[in-house]
Amino acid sequence: MQIAELSELLVWAAATAFAVALVAFATDLARLSGAKVDARDEARAGAQTRATADVGAGSEAGAAYGPAGSGAPEATGTSSGAVSRKAAGIGMSVSWLGTALLLAAIVLRGLAAGRIPWANMYEFTLVGTFVALAVFLGVNLRRDARYLGAFVTGLGTIFLLLAQNVFFVEAMGVQPALQKYWLVIHVGVAIAATGTFTVAFVMSALQLLRDSRDAGSAVLAHPRWGWLDSTPTPNALEAQSFRLNAVGFVLWTFTVIGGAIWAEDAWGRYWGWDPKEVWSFVVWVVYAAYLHARTTRGWSGRRAAWFVVAGYACVLFNFTGVNLIFDGMHSYSGLS
Amino acid sequence: MRETKYVPEGISDAFAEGDRGVGDDAARGERPASGSEKGPGGPGSESGQGLPRLGWVGTLRWTWRQLTSMRVALMLLMLLAVAAVPGSVLPQRNQDPAAVLTYLADHPTAGEWLDRAGFFEVYTSPWFSAIYLLLFVSLVGCILPRSAAHWRNLRDRPPRVPSRFSRFPAQGTAITDATPDEAMAAVAAHLRGRPWLPAFRVDVRGHELSAERGYLRETGNLVFHLALVGLLVSVATGQMLHYRGQAIVTEGRGFANAVVDYDTFENGSWFEPSTLTPFAMTLDSFDSEFETSDVAAFGQARDFTAHVTITEPSGETRPETVKVNHPLVVDGAKIYLQGNGFAPELTVTDAAGEVAFSQRVPFLPEDVNYTSRGVVKVPDVSPGLDQIGLVGYFLPTAMIEADGSARSGFPLPTDPLLILEVYRGDLGLDEGVPQNVYRLDTATLTPSVEDTGERVKVLLRPGDTVELPDGLGTVSLGADIPRYVALDLRHDPSLAFVLTFALAALGGLTVSLFTPRRRVWARAQVADGATVVEVAGLARGDDAGLDGEVERALGAVPGSTRSTTTPRTEG
Repeated sequence: MQIAELSELLVWAAATAFAVALVAFATDLARLSGAKVDARDEARAGAQTRATADVGAGSEAGAAYGPAGSGAPEATGTSSGAVSRKAAGIGMSVSWLGTALLLAAIVLRGLAAGRIPWANMYEFTLVGTFVALAVFLGVNLRRDARYLGAFVTGLGTIFLLLAQNVFFVEAMGVQPALQKYWLVIHVGVAIAATGTFTVAFVMSALQLLRDSRDAGSAVLAHPRWGWLDSTPTPNALEAQSFRLNAVGFVLWTFTVIGGAIWAEDAWGRYWGWDPKEVWSFVVWVVYAAYLHARTTRGWSGRRAAWFVVAGYACVLFNFTGVNLIFDGMHSYSGLS
Repeated sequence: MRETKYVPEGISDAFAEGDRGVGDDAARGERPASGSEKGPGGPGSESGQGLPRLGWVGTLRWTWRQLTSMRVALMLLMLLAVAAVPGSVLPQRNQDPAAVLTYLADHPTAGEWLDRAGFFEVYTSPWFSAIYLLLFVSLVGCILPRSAAHWRNLRDRPPRVPSRFSRFPAQGTAITDATPDEAMAAVAAHLRGRPWLPAFRVDVRGHELSAERGYLRETGNLVFHLALVGLLVSVATGQMLHYRGQAIVTEGRGFANAVVDYDTFENGSWFEPSTLTPFAMTLDSFDSEFETSDVAAFGQARDFTAHVTITEPSGETRPETVKVNHPLVVDGAKIYLQGNGFAPELTVTDAAGEVAFSQRVPFLPEDVNYTSRGVVKVPDVSPGLDQIGLVGYFLPTAMIEADGSARSGFPLPTDPLLILEVYRGDLGLDEGVPQNVYRLDTATLTPSVEDTGERVKVLLRPGDTVELPDGLGTVSLGADIPRYVALDLRHDPSLAFVLTFALAALGGLTVSLFTPRRRVWARAQVADGATVVEVAGLARGDDAGLDGEVERALGAVPGSTRSTTTPRTEG
């Protein structure tokens, strides 16, 4: 029991860390946004006198986050007057801390229950949040993607709060239907896919916002949305989102196939259109449509990004709505 | 270009177009020429000026091209996703027929229309079938020509070197003291890769080189799509050939694998009853374990095991076990443990003193503690007497609440109690209308009541014999409470094919998404006494590694004194 309580405390600590990281990342975006506005004013004021190339480097869309391997972002960012990225650095450190705390909480939860810690909605949420954060941090090891920080840690905070307040169940063993190594594989891969889709969704949502702002949307033209200028260009966001979605789609395909193999053993049929199966199928088809849309003339870019938004909505519904509303065979939430 | 490559209608693919527009050095005209033919503009541009005069062959061709186009495939995919949703919202006949009846009773008008439109059998409805069949026709119509084109492409040499490199997304130059021949040989060797891990297919013509890698990308894509077709065909074949039988078996009893021995039996239309292997199975005992140490999870199921003996047609017997998640495979058929409960042995003696009923009666659990409901129908009473119906609950661990209601407090029989209500009259079994054995229609029956008007409750503990009210006779409960198991036996010969195609689809998908398809061209020229090597690269789809590929190719140039690459611009 004590281990279980410690696990719970660690989840609260992780949620707190993500909330702190959210504030830090938001501060960073606001600073970058301010720097952009300054640079714009500067550009307007000194357009005649200053070398346009210099200003161009500063105000060019997405300069703070250049293409992969184009060197440290600080180097390009400084062209418009040395924006301190200290807040983003704090956000990253606290995100690492929160993710480590969450990992510890998950391990302790598994020890307390005496099994793999992803057998009900509460645990699924914890591990899914961990995967989303891990993907975010992993992407950051290869390229600067700190612009995602505010959104990923924000979602992480919400997910953990939901887990603690709505989905919480005591740590305990599982019923015979769940006693198989497929619990580790099928559910584990499903969580990995969900976490990956989460980060990709953030990228696509930013892509849509940024694209609308660039296209002169009246709402998004407000200075309040100025931070969007410091995100990568819509094309870069689309490319990054696709890479994660491709990984997520393969993982999801495996989830569905693994689930079918398990269902064949556990329920005596590999596919029976149980609500969870229906929605997993819908998710799969929507992301398949996304992959096709990307290569269809007239459907790439914005329209394809909407598929990601729709697909992620289906992922969330498949997890929450199907578990809580429908009466199916995947009723393992542990909530009554 | 010897022949025009097949490209699906409406696909946007710089790589494929690169062959025609860029790779062909724009000699055949502008890229939009190929674009407008395939674009949403449709058939108008094909059939010349004025209104299209297609004729019926033309119309067919146009319809076929539309059906196999990317846009229609996309629409069908979206439709498929939307069409699948109602099946999760509305009850489905093949899963829960009782829920469908309830829904129809609750929504008489809407329910009837929904029923006519097939909303209670969504996944076998004409409209759902139409969508996925059209999608597969579209897929086949797109994939087969693509496979042929890929097959030709696999045997072709890489496309020849274009005259200008400046159009390509990645390019660079290196200057070296080596001769053009040496430079070309070094770049070719680098691109070919190690013999055991070949990278590029390289074609050197003089001082020009063209190379291509990642044919597996298209191969994987085609394998994925063809595997989906195989998956659909195997699932359909399995539906035609499969059979499934359900039987309730109590401890010490058994069943034989024959159609008549199952309580319910369903099969595909190509199934032959003679193909059933006539083995027999006996349930020796049934074990169940429940949580007793953890307070929060007290009484939760932890393990179910049915110990059985299989008798093969040859007469050979062997002990086996069936567990949840671990079906028993006998002669290619799988036996699943789908449910369990208690089947108390009840004996009813009628008013004339004759034994009218003596059977084990399965009681169906209604909660986690096995508060189980059961029905006893006693039609075979002595002539002239009322038939008897008993309805009630079996409680493995009886707990009587203060208000007189009773329920079970634990799933195992620590304090078993049987509570029955008694009815008399005509059970309606002689009219030949099939009845549910687990339900008693009490509308036409007379209940036994106390003087206060309350229903009489007959209480029985194991070994008890109790008088029935109103002089109907006696009922006795056997001293042992046998367990029963609900078994599901299924045979589907297509399973291996379904799995193979599913894994092939997964493999093909992974390869097609993560294999970069790249073309690299190089040219060496002598200028000002030095050799200038130009390299250009083109990739299919997003490829963050293309610049690196060009850089590495340049780096392979021996004695390179200076090299520059032009990074791609975004967009």
